[in-house]
Amino acid sequence: MRASNVLNLGVKELRGLQRDPMLLLLILYAFTVAIYTAASAMPETLNKAPIAIVDEDRSPLSARIAGAFQLPYFTRPQLITAAEMDRRMDAGLDTFALDIPPNFQRDLLAGHAPTIQLNVDATRMTQAFSGAGYIGSIVTSEVNEFSQRYRAETVVPVELVLRARFNPELNKGWFGAVMNVINSITMLAIVLTGAALIREREHGTIEHLLVMPITPVEIMVSKVWSMALVVLVAAAASLIFVVQGLLRVPIEGSVPLFLAGTALHLFATTSLGIVLATLAGSMPQFGLLLMLVLLPLQVLSGGMTPRESMPDIVQVIMLAAPNTHFVMLAQAILYRGAGFSVVWPQFLVLAGIGAALFTFALGRFRKSLK
Amino acid sequence: MSIGRSRTAVPGFATPVVRLEGLCLSYGKTRALDAISLDLPSGCMVGLIGPDGVGKSSLLSLIAGARAVQDGRVEALGGDMADARHRSRACPRIAYMPQGLGKNLYPTLSVFENVDFFGRLFGHDRAERERRIGELLESTGLAAFVDRPAGKLSGGMKQKLGLCCALIHDPDLLILDEPTTGVDPLSRRQFWDLIDEIRQGRPGMSVLVATAYMEEAARFDWLMAMNAGRVLATGTPAELLAQTGTATLDDAFIALLPQDQRSRHHAVAIPARDTRHDDVVAIAAAGLTMRFGDFIAVDNVNLRVPKGEIFGFLGSNGCGKTTTMKMLTGLLEASEGTASLFGRPVDPRDIETRRRVGYMSQAFSLYSELTVRQNLELHARLFQMPDEAIAPRVAEMAQRFDLAEVMDAMPEALPLGIRQRLSLAVAMVHGPEMLILDEPTSGVDPIARDALWQILVDLSRHDGVTIFISTHFMNEAERCDRISLMHAGKVLVSDTPAGIVAKRGSADLEEAFVAYLQEAIGGTPTPAKPASVPAAPAAPDRRHEAASARRIFDFRRMLSYTRRETLELSRDPIRATLALVGSVLLMFVIGYGISLDVENLSFAVLDRDQTTVSQNYVLDIAGSRYFVERPPIADYDELDRRMRAGEISLAIEIPPGFGRDVARGKTVEIAAWIDGAMPTRAETVRGYVQGMHAHWLTEKARLLLGPKAATPAFSIETRYRYNPDIKSLVAMVPAVIPLLLLLIPAMLATLSVVREKELGSIVNLYVTPVTRTEFLLGKQIPYIGLAMLNFLLLTAAAVFVFGVPFTGSFAAFTVAALLYVTAATGMGLLISTFMNSQIAAIFGTAILTLLPAVQYSGMTDPVSSLKGAGAVIGQIYPATHFITISRATFSKALGFGDLTGSFLPLLLAVPVLLTASALLLKKQAS
Repeated sequence: MRASNVLNLGVKELRGLQRDPMLLLLILYAFTVAIYTAASAMPETLNKAPIAIVDEDRSPLSARIAGAFQLPYFTRPQLITAAEMDRRMDAGLDTFALDIPPNFQRDLLAGHAPTIQLNVDATRMTQAFSGAGYIGSIVTSEVNEFSQRYRAETVVPVELVLRARFNPELNKGWFGAVMNVINSITMLAIVLTGAALIREREHGTIEHLLVMPITPVEIMVSKVWSMALVVLVAAAASLIFVVQGLLRVPIEGSVPLFLAGTALHLFATTSLGIVLATLAGSMPQFGLLLMLVLLPLQVLSGGMTPRESMPDIVQVIMLAAPNTHFVMLAQAILYRGAGFSVVWPQFLVLAGIGAALFTFALGRFRKSLK
Repeated sequence: MSIGRSRTAVPGFATPVVRLEGLCLSYGKTRALDAISLDLPSGCMVGLIGPDGVGKSSLLSLIAGARAVQDGRVEALGGDMADARHRSRACPRIAYMPQGLGKNLYPTLSVFENVDFFGRLFGHDRAERERRIGELLESTGLAAFVDRPAGKLSGGMKQKLGLCCALIHDPDLLILDEPTTGVDPLSRRQFWDLIDEIRQGRPGMSVLVATAYMEEAARFDWLMAMNAGRVLATGTPAELLAQTGTATLDDAFIALLPQDQRSRHHAVAIPARDTRHDDVVAIAAAGLTMRFGDFIAVDNVNLRVPKGEIFGFLGSNGCGKTTTMKMLTGLLEASEGTASLFGRPVDPRDIETRRRVGYMSQAFSLYSELTVRQNLELHARLFQMPDEAIAPRVAEMAQRFDLAEVMDAMPEALPLGIRQRLSLAVAMVHGPEMLILDEPTSGVDPIARDALWQILVDLSRHDGVTIFISTHFMNEAERCDRISLMHAGKVLVSDTPAGIVAKRGSADLEEAFVAYLQEAIGGTPTPAKPASVPAAPAAPDRRHEAASARRIFDFRRMLSYTRRETLELSRDPIRATLALVGSVLLMFVIGYGISLDVENLSFAVLDRDQTTVSQNYVLDIAGSRYFVERPPIADYDELDRRMRAGEISLAIEIPPGFGRDVARGKTVEIAAWIDGAMPTRAETVRGYVQGMHAHWLTEKARLLLGPKAATPAFSIETRYRYNPDIKSLVAMVPAVIPLLLLLIPAMLATLSVVREKELGSIVNLYVTPVTRTEFLLGKQIPYIGLAMLNFLLLTAAAVFVFGVPFTGSFAAFTVAALLYVTAATGMGLLISTFMNSQIAAIFGTAILTLLPAVQYSGMTDPVSSLKGAGAVIGQIYPATHFITISRATFSKALGFGDLTGSFLPLLLAVPVLLTASALLLKKQAS
């Protein structure tokens, strides 16, 4: 392998990209607008959760409870009748419906321990759980404050002090921003190298290269380094200007360390792009294949939902995917400020997966040229 | 045949079939047509002659109505072609065959299906279609191949099929754009005989032909010679010859060119070759054979080319020329036989030999994204020329190939002739000893061709470069030292051109070639001679055609597209299978992947108390199914390290003296740290810990203060409706179905239109009576069908594999799905109107469907909770409403009546999307 060939061919790739405004626009979009919109549209766990109240008590206490639900966590509670409740929940208008029974205040003060009914639309998983918890504690504190005026409480004096580390307010936007950068990195690495190879094949230039004194390894390495460089630069800029700058997400750890990990991840994903390009017979097939590979990589890597809650078999299979390790590494460095001493296993695994994919891609590439 | 028929007066001028007035056309800054005003006579054969890129194709597409008129006026068949009403009246009387072999045909469809498609488009009923198709296929000699896919026909047969498709509706004006380029001489001859016979049967028909072969033009009735977007001269062939005082049309054309272009032309001078070194063999092949499956592309080819010879390879498209060349260069590995260059066997790993060879492939294969200079420099570097030698060598090439003025231009902006010169310069930049050139002059005008040949001759005679060249021009073949005639993978004969002519005893090389071809085919001199000339209906019955052409919406035309699209889909099983199997696969991935049940969370304790009370507190947590306990923590450093590594999601610190203080009733604080890196998980952990703490307190209070104190003042009874076990699957699977039914159908619908744009068959929309709505709906229907199949498959998987109970009205769900997939494919069609390349279509569709569907349609977060632009998109996006319906029918036991609010937006989306697509789709190229 000659370094000068690899350099010259790589520069050619970069020049080609420079002449494709549509592709540049896509890269720009993926690393700016897409990340900004996704991060800023992402609601807090509870943002304007739609709630309705069936107030059959109509006492000062029930009014007090209804008044406790406020933006931005909840919408202004709709006061409805018991008959309306089912219809509204069926239509998906409310996620929560709180039914305060008749004589609730009187029974409470009389010590009859009345019951409030909370209806939750459990098909809305993200809100259902935490929302029910919030509503429970809001109602409890309102009732407690109200009843404390009438009688003293006895409590065990153990307090639980909860602190969320790394993201004290549990801001989902922070999380979403970085995870979208990771998704864009993977998508572009695969698409750019894969499409570049298919384009060379469709335009016949690949044959042209092969009659020159150039080896397939040189062609592949040049594509890998040039496209990886583009994505790496775009990701770094996005992290610094969009994520840290515009979205004001604090980054705990070392950005250069993260970029070093990204480079390893790109080594693996650009090779994967080449594998897909050699498998696909045409651009439409590449498009469908891309969907089939990209979606599982993004959904199952632990960047969307925690790995712990996936079935064991899925967890094991996904250990072979570069994304899984990249997500671990990114979360450790960017959120938890971990250093190389903590994330070296991920670096090692990524390098291994990259080397395996590259070797496989090279074999496929050589074969596809025959 | 009409060769040599001399006419001084062409009668058709009294009623011109086409009138052009001040016609101009520009592509960006390039002027393709420049103020053309001209009448074309009717009822005869009009030829457009001139090299590539002078505007012939543009002019023909304007006349056919395939391209929108920019400036000036085009009248065809007595009306203005800029007027949409006249176009819709005239187009059933015009037939247009665009340039490129089988460009408007559908390669996966059979011969019969292709003609049948066009018959349906023109509104013929079944009996009429069968009669016409039968006649046409019989007379063109295609009857024996009715079931063969069009893509597997030879070039000549493709053009005959194209002609059948063009003639199916008895046109009054037949427009043929370079119908015989790249076709072997025998097929070419048969093609023109066929046209002559058809014209005899229909004397009133006007034929307009563009051609680059001057010898063909000699048999036309009337010619217009074009150059650089202008008309040089018009008249009968005899008139043009008389006007210029030349003997052949080739010479006449050169004489007609402006002075400065003409002055650059020199007749090619070929000095005799020095044959002293003929024992040095440059190329040798023995028994070279290439098989692709059952198909033998190259059959036992033997070659021996001495150093410095110009060796010509002659044959039609698809006869194996290119395959042979690829085997010689090592691009393809021969199935059998051996090849060697400079006495060394061809080996793809032999870098040394590659340095001595220059190759120019048939398609323009330079980097269109690099400038001329960058292309030259890149290749010089890749051939490892020393850095200091590159600049002078590039300058030398620029001068030798006359490229100095265009060094910084992009290749795509250059005329074909200059691009071919550049390709040759690139192949030459490293000074190779051998050139392998695959049709380097195809599409190049006569002057540029001669200039190119002069360079080749100089290289051979002065520098001793061996040249292996393929061509389908006979006059070029005559310039080679030796030639091989190739047909169907076999070399028919190898000799000097004069030797071949002498051996056959024919008048010229073309005659000899035709004779060899006929011998090889083994038939009578004209094998496909029509048994019966088409029974020339004197007055074709146009009643039905006219009636259907006037109709704004014709079911037959729409179904014609539906049928065709369905056939194509069924011929590409990979696409349909990927779509169906892929979607089920993705459903599994997402169904199991987006799990909101958070379990098996790891936690560890920093217990500074170590009493039974503190252990009891920890046991409460460790015993729950949500948490898994890890080894205890010794100190803060360890706590910090383990949390940073992500090993534990929760750390609990119990202060010293905890047990003692609790017993005394003194206030104590337990600290809990949650890993906030993943906020959703952290929220859940917080909820769990708070719940367990409260539970522990209640238990403790009961223990300390007796049962009375533990009775709460009131209680909240939480009912989780629709999904009582709060399972992720029940919540997610009904939302995944809408997601998948959007992504894949939209992608397929987009590509179905953009493919036609990229491959050229979109021209059938431009020049046939089919309307935009018929075209779009016709193409959409098969994908709706596929999506509905997909829908049933996904629903079955949801119920039977994932075990999600279906409680509502299946009828309502199905109707909603039908509306939804119609909207989804409609979105695809709308996107396709903006995109011109398949790669842009893939990107565009992915971006415009994936993000809104996943993040803004209520799949995880309800639309009412979204913020900013996402909330607006979510309100109007069809996926939002179908997700509501899907969840309602799956989990909430609802039907039509309860869901009107969600059906209405879907009902509205369908016509809005279709109307927008129909309005934005162009009925002409612009």
